[in-house]
Amino acid sequence: MSFEITVDGRPVPVVQGQSVGAALHAAGITSWRSTRREGRPRGLFCGIGVCFDCLVTVNGRESQRACLVPASPGDEVTTS
Amino acid sequence: MTGYDLVVVGGGPAGVAGALSAAQAGLRVALVDAGPRLGGQYFRHRAGSLPSGRGADRFVRQCRALRTRAELLLDHKVWAVEQGEDSVTVHVMAGQEERPFTLACRSLLIATGAHDRPLPFPGWDLPGVLTAGGAQALLKGEGVPAGRRVVVSGTGPFLLPVAAGLAKAGVSVAGVFEANGPLGLARHPLLAAGKAGEALGYGAALAGHRVPYRTRHAVVAAHGSSRVTHVTVARLDAEWRVLSSRTVECDAVAVGYGFVPQIDLAVQLGCATTHSADGSPVVDVDEGQRTSVASVYAAGEPTGVGGAELAELEGRTAGLTIAHDLASGEGGDPVPGVLRRRGERLRAFARALQEAYPVQPGWQDWLHDDTLVCRCEEVPVSRIREAMDLGATDARSIKLLARPGMGWCQGRICGYAVSCLAGERPQAPRRPIAQPITLGCLERIEDEQPH
Repeated sequence: MSFEITVDGRPVPVVQGQSVGAALHAAGITSWRSTRREGRPRGLFCGIGVCFDCLVTVNGRESQRACLVPASPGDEVTTS
Repeated sequence: MTGYDLVVVGGGPAGVAGALSAAQAGLRVALVDAGPRLGGQYFRHRAGSLPSGRGADRFVRQCRALRTRAELLLDHKVWAVEQGEDSVTVHVMAGQEERPFTLACRSLLIATGAHDRPLPFPGWDLPGVLTAGGAQALLKGEGVPAGRRVVVSGTGPFLLPVAAGLAKAGVSVAGVFEANGPLGLARHPLLAAGKAGEALGYGAALAGHRVPYRTRHAVVAAHGSSRVTHVTVARLDAEWRVLSSRTVECDAVAVGYGFVPQIDLAVQLGCATTHSADGSPVVDVDEGQRTSVASVYAAGEPTGVGGAELAELEGRTAGLTIAHDLASGEGGDPVPGVLRRRGERLRAFARALQEAYPVQPGWQDWLHDDTLVCRCEEVPVSRIREAMDLGATDARSIKLLARPGMGWCQGRICGYAVSCLAGERPQAPRRPIAQPITLGCLERIEDEQPH
């Protein structure tokens, strides 16, 4: 089963059970955050919730680890 | 008293085996894991599927048996543990809403596994560069390959299943670059340890997909602007100094230099630590998996990286010891000789692997002045060397002067590298809060009654 979430308003497909981070990576979106000093792009790195590189805003909740947050139908992901 | 006889933290091979053997001995057991499914990293699997790989059938049977005998608290993060007079308090956040509550237990089993041990190199923070474990988690847990053309690099036997998994999933693996091991795949240490089937299986998978396996080679730089587009692969000498290099195109890199045991909870409780052969701080345990703190036990990678088979055995051993200690007071040895002898063999093998795949100092020459060491606080190696010039002689003073390890990950990713740069062995991490917790969540704790 699959469904969609939106990333900055753009639809991204998700396979049931996937994390937000995996869905973004699978859709070819490999970065969704800029570092606060040098503005460097970041996405998945450790994939298991240890490195905090993949932080993202999901349904208005900031600083979620994209690799850990399960995607739900209609989730609104905003990148910075 | 209220609460559980045993709370197990971690639902991988060690935690599940420990919880099951204790529950079968009649103890009231709860198992807590941050993930949505049992399995840990080794048996990570997709929603609606079963774990696969060596030992998976057995693990699935253990999980089934455990479901009817213990309480499973999945999607629960443990952020702190405290010892009281006659019980241990486990502070937990439940679910996505992070509802805080506490569990009280007579014994605690720490089976929190390990995470990747990366080394910094120029460009390692580019999107598309993942840890080897991250690439594996993405593939096994989510069904998503890290890229279309992937380079696997680092050191240690874990690179083989990562590369083989990607190749089987139809990914073009541009090469496996193992920084150690002048012996090559045909004389891989797995073969010498009676694990021929495993090593040959990976070897055959790589050969079948025409994946080159090169020893004394490593990715020493990644290039690209918004995503990695190519890497510099170097031929190395025995100390990992660059002899020559070439460019390999790719859209993802999976890189890992061993693992860091997760021992935060044990350190919170004051458990004694020691160092394993790979230089990692690990929890010191006796033959029954008892730590130096009464009622606290550890099994699996937190006692030294040794793989799933040893983790399961240590979990079983811990479960038996805990049941024995609760019934008769501590001391004595309830562990059957056959388990103990198998444990000794597996530990000797784990030590041999760690010694066969050391981290050599030459990686420090791969860094440029502006190469980030701490990804969170964006600390380049130049600032770390500056701190050392100012008189910082150990990782802790470097951290105070230059801030590596003070960001979100609390030094989990860069801690090993900073210790190497400081010329010291990594020290046991002091993290009184093992998972980030919001002030709002802390505020709500008082409203909850302990179970």
